Amino acid sequence: MHGSHETGSPYAPHTDDGRTAMLEAVGVETAADLFDIPAAVAFDDEFGIDARTERETRRLVRSVLERNDELTELLGRGHYGYYIPSLVDHLADRSEFLTSYTQYQPEVSQGFLQALFEYQSLLVELTGLEIANCSMYDAATALGEAATLADRVRDTSGHRVLVPDILREGRRSTLENYVAGTDLEVETYPTADGNADLEALEEIVDEETVMIYAENPTIRGTIEENLSAIGESAADAEALFVLGSDPVALSVLQRPADVGADVVIGDASVLGLPTSYGMGLGLFACRDDYLRQVPGRLVGASEDATDRRAFTLTLQTREQHIRRERATSNICTNQAWVALRTAMHAATLGPTGMVELANRGVRRADEVAQRLDDLEGVTAAVHDRHHLREFVAHVDQPAQEVADALEERGFAVHVVGEHELQLCVAGVTDEQLDAFVTAVSEVVR
Amino acid sequence: MSDERTTAETPIDASQVRYDQARYVENGQYEPLLSEKDLTRVAIGDADAGEEGEATRVDSPLPDDLTRDSLELPELSEPELARHYTRLSQMIYGIDSGPYPLGSCTMKYNPKFTEDVAALPSAAVHPDRSERSIQGTLELLARLQDYLGRIGGMDAVTLQPPAGAAGEFVGIRVAAAYHEHNGEGHRDEVIIPESAHGTNFATAALGGYDVVSLPSNEEGRVELEALEAALSENTAALMLTNPNTLGLFERDIEEIAEMVHDVGGLLYYDGANLNALLGRARPGDMGFDVMHYNVHKTFATPHGGGGPGAGPVGVVEDLEPFLPAPRVREANGGDVDYELFDPDHTIGHVHGYQGNWLVLIKAFAYIARLGDDGLADASAKAVLNANYLASQLEYDVPYEPFHHEFVASAGEQDAADVAKRMLDYGVHPPTTKWPEIVPEALMTEPTEIESKETLDRLAAAFNAVAEEGDEVLEDAPDRTTARRIDQTSAARNPRLSWQALTDDE
Repeated sequence: MHGSHETGSPYAPHTDDGRTAMLEAVGVETAADLFDIPAAVAFDDEFGIDARTERETRRLVRSVLERNDELTELLGRGHYGYYIPSLVDHLADRSEFLTSYTQYQPEVSQGFLQALFEYQSLLVELTGLEIANCSMYDAATALGEAATLADRVRDTSGHRVLVPDILREGRRSTLENYVAGTDLEVETYPTADGNADLEALEEIVDEETVMIYAENPTIRGTIEENLSAIGESAADAEALFVLGSDPVALSVLQRPADVGADVVIGDASVLGLPTSYGMGLGLFACRDDYLRQVPGRLVGASEDATDRRAFTLTLQTREQHIRRERATSNICTNQAWVALRTAMHAATLGPTGMVELANRGVRRADEVAQRLDDLEGVTAAVHDRHHLREFVAHVDQPAQEVADALEERGFAVHVVGEHELQLCVAGVTDEQLDAFVTAVSEVVR
Repeated sequence: MSDERTTAETPIDASQVRYDQARYVENGQYEPLLSEKDLTRVAIGDADAGEEGEATRVDSPLPDDLTRDSLELPELSEPELARHYTRLSQMIYGIDSGPYPLGSCTMKYNPKFTEDVAALPSAAVHPDRSERSIQGTLELLARLQDYLGRIGGMDAVTLQPPAGAAGEFVGIRVAAAYHEHNGEGHRDEVIIPESAHGTNFATAALGGYDVVSLPSNEEGRVELEALEAALSENTAALMLTNPNTLGLFERDIEEIAEMVHDVGGLLYYDGANLNALLGRARPGDMGFDVMHYNVHKTFATPHGGGGPGAGPVGVVEDLEPFLPAPRVREANGGDVDYELFDPDHTIGHVHGYQGNWLVLIKAFAYIARLGDDGLADASAKAVLNANYLASQLEYDVPYEPFHHEFVASAGEQDAADVAKRMLDYGVHPPTTKWPEIVPEALMTEPTEIESKETLDRLAAAFNAVAEEGDEVLEDAPDRTTARRIDQTSAARNPRLSWQALTDDE
């Protein structure tokens, strides 16, 4: 019977007899009688949305999305499309993972809690910091949460949050929104070819500074060489040193704890998610001094009544459902399932695979830069720095013109200056890179 | 419950129901951690490989002073991982496992085809792609904005907020920007009923507002006199859930809206309970100025163990210029059909890119599948189910008439213990001990997806527990993967990673 209905929700399995018995038990004639809505605000019109069969709906979504061009994406700047092993899709899509909710009853949620505990442990190893939460929405909101953490934990008053002048607009703007309810003000410090201008930064930092933010690799794909010095500047000012990075980069780059980072934020979905139009996974790790001030959920180990180790959400007195307006954050629904996918992807790679993936990003970016540099009309990379995954190239022609011509040939690239393109090799195959270099050679002059 | 209601014959004998969740025990422990199966140390650069046991050397092309010394993580084969994660999944209760009447969370069945459409290769696009190359993505977003606008009675919608609470934050930031723009930046108070979701309070505080808490009247609704007293020229907004967390419709909504608007404040609608109203009433028609939609609740997108969700925000025309940037719209001529644009007085971004796109696809597909009739039917059956289930319970339900959810009281029993015992009957328990208006609250929301037979089983489980003594309840659960977990020691001695477990030993 359930499949034979013509109208109504296909996922409400009521039979006529069942519904009649229920109405009788409740003591009304129709379900409409149960709605206690004053006539003045009742809705008696239609939305004008036609119902469709499952097959028709699939066809509709597919036909809309087919309007997207199939392009080889040499795009990065914080969002990467690494190949995701099939194991991740198949296991993460098991319906218990997909169709459960926040683990308010830990006794029936051990599997998810353990997976999140393993995710937290992955971040602890990668950052060297003692605490990682089990997700924020994305890097931008994690950065915002880091600033409000700085506002809470810093002993002395102060209002300055320092960020690099090349911080992505989406991150900067999100940060501004997060600090709008505080006295904090976001200011920038200068950079050169992506990296911090250390001298200028040191002059800017003062006792009013509550937080210094740096990224490694930078938004331009370069490796930040002055992390320890930035960390010292922050420590001297008693400001929080917040470092932005991601799990692939952290597999080989200097360990944040070793350069004085107090908080690490970033997008952990570089592992586990495809290029999903910017959907992300906010990484958030910090020193254990801030345990009671951490935003977001934490999974901890405990014991059950049989004295076996068991996992549970813990330190919930920081959270909005307990402490309301005194909570450390308003986050409730987070990105748990993405965290699961990230942990699965990392586990599939193992430490050797993680390091190799990062190293490949260094080697291939170098190789492609070299091949482009050999072309007339291109200088790549434009800087003499180490880089990971991506780099900036100078083109003699207007960059937008080159990008448009490349798009016509099936390649998407960033335009980051009048004559600057940014190119990312993560997630691109060797064959695609060969074809890309050929395309560039046809386009530039 | 009222006397004229009759109790249907319950065909289920709860004592005959026994649930056993998967449980693996190895060396006295449940499924081992990946780190306990293997932990491989990889040395990088010039690190001394022998320093901490065996290590595999991996050279990095980067200079040693820019790289770490080592990395220590599990290194397991694919078959081992497949078994590990399969076992973990078997130790989780989801909506596909059985009833999940977690009040306020709207745990509905998630159609499987939405996973397939979200996994289409054409959905995987980088957020920095040119507009002309992602017309499909932009069209789908525009169409979803349109659907949501119609469903909520709102003039404009942003899809950027990645969760309900993030949607609340957009509402608060938009309200602040609107008041500021009108030279009313002095408004520093947000009024919130006591029974509201905790996120409302946290969000208002995050936005820098003072929270004015509003008590409920004896009927469990907004007390108009208390509202009158709370309203002033400092009021920026009232955040309201309707129906509220007791499942009760705020019948005085027109008057409430008028009172808030009279002092120049804005009325914010928390969409957590929208499933109760689909096709019956719209926040826009009730006088709400801004609202969020929990698409993972109302539109059956999987909750994913706690996310991702998405929290689109709808606003009336006056507030449109303040919405987050960028937004999507149909292009007015030019070489594309859809384009991104920044509203005139935008608050800027609240997410690095455009929110949780894969979740938005699922919401779009769900709405397109159900259409007008399906959405209204879902709402009608959700309300019928809640009322029927309540009518079958031995527990007292003090506030009515409710819509899609109700709050029962466990009375002399401890609601948390009741919840643990319900697990033994193979059902997920309701939300417990909240809202605090009802002592030992059991906040129950069966949703439209349960049949009468399932509701009878659910009621049988409730009623079986209602008859049981403290001893049984305190010892529960014993048929789940883990037995009762010590929450206190988890908080007192936080061990938040496998590294912390090792340090402990």
